[in-house]
Amino acid sequence: MAQQLLDRYIAGSSVIHALDARVKLVLTIALIVCASLLPVGAWLALTAFTALVWAAIIASGVGLPTILRRSLLALPFLLVVVTVIFSVPGRPIFRLPLGFVTLTATDAGLLRFITIVWKSWISMQAALLLTATTHFLDVLRALQALHMPKIIVALMSFMYRYLFILVEEAQRLLRARDCRSAALQGSGGGSLLWRAQVTGRLVGTLFLRSFERSERIYVAMLSRGYTGELRSLRAQTLDRRDLRVGLVVGAILLIITAQAFVG
Amino acid sequence: MLDVLVRSLVLALHISDGLLSTSISALFWILTVACVAWAVQRTNRALDDRQVPLMGVMAACIFAAQMLNFPIAGGTSGHLLGGALAAIVLGPWAGVLVMTCVVALQALLFQDGGIVVMGANIFNMGVLTALSGSAIFYGLIRLTGRQSWGLMVSGFIAAWVTVVLSAALTSAQLAASGTASATVVFPAMIGVHMLIGIGEGLITTAALSFLLATRPDLLPAWLGNELSGKSRPISTRQILGTGLVIAVLLALLSPFASSAPDGLESVLERLGVAGSSGPTATSPVGVLPDYTIPGLEGGLSTILAGLVGVLIVVAIGYSIAMLIRRRRSVARDTKSMTTS
Amino acid sequence: MAIHELELPKLHTTTPAITLNQLSFAYPDGRVALQNVSVTINSGEKVALVGPNGAGKSTLLLHLNGVLGALDGSVRIADVEVRRDTLRKVRALVGLVFQDPDDQLFSPTVFDDVAFGPLHMGLAEAEVRARVVWALEQVGMQGFEDRMPHHMSVGQRKRVAVATVLSMEPQVLALDEPSAGLDPRARRGLVDLLQSLSQTMLVSTHDMRLIAEVFPRTIILANGQVAHDAPTDEILSNRALLEEYGLEMP
Ligand SMILES: Nc1ncnc2c1ncn2[C@@H]1O[C@H](COP(=O)(O)OP(=O)(O)O)[C@@H](O)[C@H]1O
Ligand SMILES: [Mg+2]
Repeated sequence: MAQQLLDRYIAGSSVIHALDARVKLVLTIALIVCASLLPVGAWLALTAFTALVWAAIIASGVGLPTILRRSLLALPFLLVVVTVIFSVPGRPIFRLPLGFVTLTATDAGLLRFITIVWKSWISMQAALLLTATTHFLDVLRALQALHMPKIIVALMSFMYRYLFILVEEAQRLLRARDCRSAALQGSGGGSLLWRAQVTGRLVGTLFLRSFERSERIYVAMLSRGYTGELRSLRAQTLDRRDLRVGLVVGAILLIITAQAFVG
Repeated sequence: MLDVLVRSLVLALHISDGLLSTSISALFWILTVACVAWAVQRTNRALDDRQVPLMGVMAACIFAAQMLNFPIAGGTSGHLLGGALAAIVLGPWAGVLVMTCVVALQALLFQDGGIVVMGANIFNMGVLTALSGSAIFYGLIRLTGRQSWGLMVSGFIAAWVTVVLSAALTSAQLAASGTASATVVFPAMIGVHMLIGIGEGLITTAALSFLLATRPDLLPAWLGNELSGKSRPISTRQILGTGLVIAVLLALLSPFASSAPDGLESVLERLGVAGSSGPTATSPVGVLPDYTIPGLEGGLSTILAGLVGVLIVVAIGYSIAMLIRRRRSVARDTKSMTTS
Repeated sequence: MAIHELELPKLHTTTPAITLNQLSFAYPDGRVALQNVSVTINSGEKVALVGPNGAGKSTLLLHLNGVLGALDGSVRIADVEVRRDTLRKVRALVGLVFQDPDDQLFSPTVFDDVAFGPLHMGLAEAEVRARVVWALEQVGMQGFEDRMPHHMSVGQRKRVAVATVLSMEPQVLALDEPSAGLDPRARRGLVDLLQSLSQTMLVSTHDMRLIAEVFPRTIILANGQVAHDAPTDEILSNRALLEEYGLEMP
């Protein structure tokens, strides 16, 4: 159950899947940085980025609808951004009567709102495409190749390995609690304090089990020659073709971004 | 409607890409990289090779623990951010690394928070919570003397403050980037997180007391010493230093925030207040009406108000602790006189 | 110095592979887990270690590669005495497989896990890769290199767990309750695997059928002491003895 929830990778053999994870990671970051640099109202650039990302999504075969559905996750956040419609000074375009006060939307506010939402949405899709076509472990290897500190990579791969086990454990604990508290609910349920207490104890239990597991893992590592230094095999060299793809797409991103500032 | 709003504000702690200006993103990447590098150094120096599996599994544990929640009221649920708990049990530096991994994995694997804004997210939810959480906890527990209730009170306050600080800094970043109106985002975010923070505080406290009861040996040795009054793990200077850094950081951001113009101040402020006086409300909003300080303008005022709020809470905790401590030591003195 | 450059002692059938001499151990909390345990196991022997929960089986196995250090008495592997300064050598000689494969398999992929031992022995990259292939072949899990442990069955995980130590080419295998939690088919596979491996083996278990099938010699441990050490046939035919230690007839 937890596995379906936690695995975002969609296996495939498309060109996007096959592209080196380092290139994909760098390009994704580059696209998001470029998008965040765009000024308000850079519609042409935003359209071009959208076309680029959608083309990649279609080429990957994971399905545009899948990615779009996943990208709706970001929606709730946009509630915070709605406020800019009414707070940026500009020509009033409409009024929203709200009880005793009336909100005035401005044209500048609306443009800013659309720009932010579009940027955020396209960035989200790029990131979703990355995780859907790149196994998380390849993302980690790419990070290591890009000189992320060894210890962080090591911690994240431990974390990834035990995520599934601990989430399942948490779900078991939660089910056990709900079974017991369902019985209690009949007799009036518990106070807020009581509920928090129970949840806190679950967290404590989870903490304890994790601690004990880490001790056993440590012993298993010791038995296999671990002396405090983490070793790993060298990363594969970057394929020429992948590098070329990276450079070309990178150049396109730069041109699109530059255009928004010139035009 | 209200609970949708509340829920989206809770989610808003994980900033998405596109919502921060490039300069704010860059600034917080620099701060985060510096802090994480420092944390790596510190944990390396501690040179305990069992730290690697411990921190890795604990990161997974915090991730899983964030899924354990309980209903508070009106559609809000209490759940854990975990920064304070991790830092209290594992120490501030290990706490920073563990929370960094949690936030990074959430962004890279689940798009829970953006990639380019990850520096800010790691700072808000990892670095800030771990460092401020442990600093406040260390500070308060020393004041509360050697009793285990001191552990509870300090744990609660530390956890609550980390959540509120985290929300405050997130709001400041959004406001400074011009992606949300300061006068709305501050009261709304801080108000909701003052409530959410109660859940964090209660869970952290309960988890700590569970650990203290079942495996006190797991809690760091200094904590045991602290509870039996043997050592001072962090100097007052360090605690003050951390507080100062946080304050300066917020102050630095406030000019950006206050420059965000606002035609709707009063309305949305009322909306913010309404948000916290609905069915979910038990929040101490009344302390600083509308989160502004009279005589000061817009954003700056809200930031200061937030800061003052935090300080008031810390001060109240501090004085209660001092009071109880004094009474206790008087009691002990009289007792030791009678026995001798 | 890399471990493979050391002169590893050659084992002959006449030399003992494991020698425990008056081994005693107590945990830091004061609990005495082993008391004067003396056992000699010859090279190539396959020995079962049985006894009720808490008898000290796991504790004994943890002494074989120095994860726990004897408080009193000594442990020798071949002619190497287990001491702080011989730990690297000893850990290359003894492969210890823990009960829960989720503890044993701590890496995100099968390849990384099987490569962990050789890599930390200081072997060259080509050698590491060769050993991973070889070890997975030994346990019948070739082709699983890129799989993640949480996507595999318990039986498969147990096999990979054995491969993680085989890749270090140990001369002694110590397995803690390998058949616990296996379904009949996976159990069958494990029996075949244990029979096919030629290393000296000390295996703790509650599974009397496994003992009857694989191990010619059985040691009964009770309260941290060796209660019986005899050929398996002898022990299995002694009904009174089996009852005394709560063991079941196969
Ligand atoms: N880490 C530990 N700390 C303290 N006591 C322990 C520890 N591990 C095991 N023990 C105790 O040592 C004894 C032997 O345990 P163990 O070797 O695990 O037995 P077995 O594997 O035969 O079930 C038991 O009484 C157990 O409670
Ligand atoms: Mg055992």
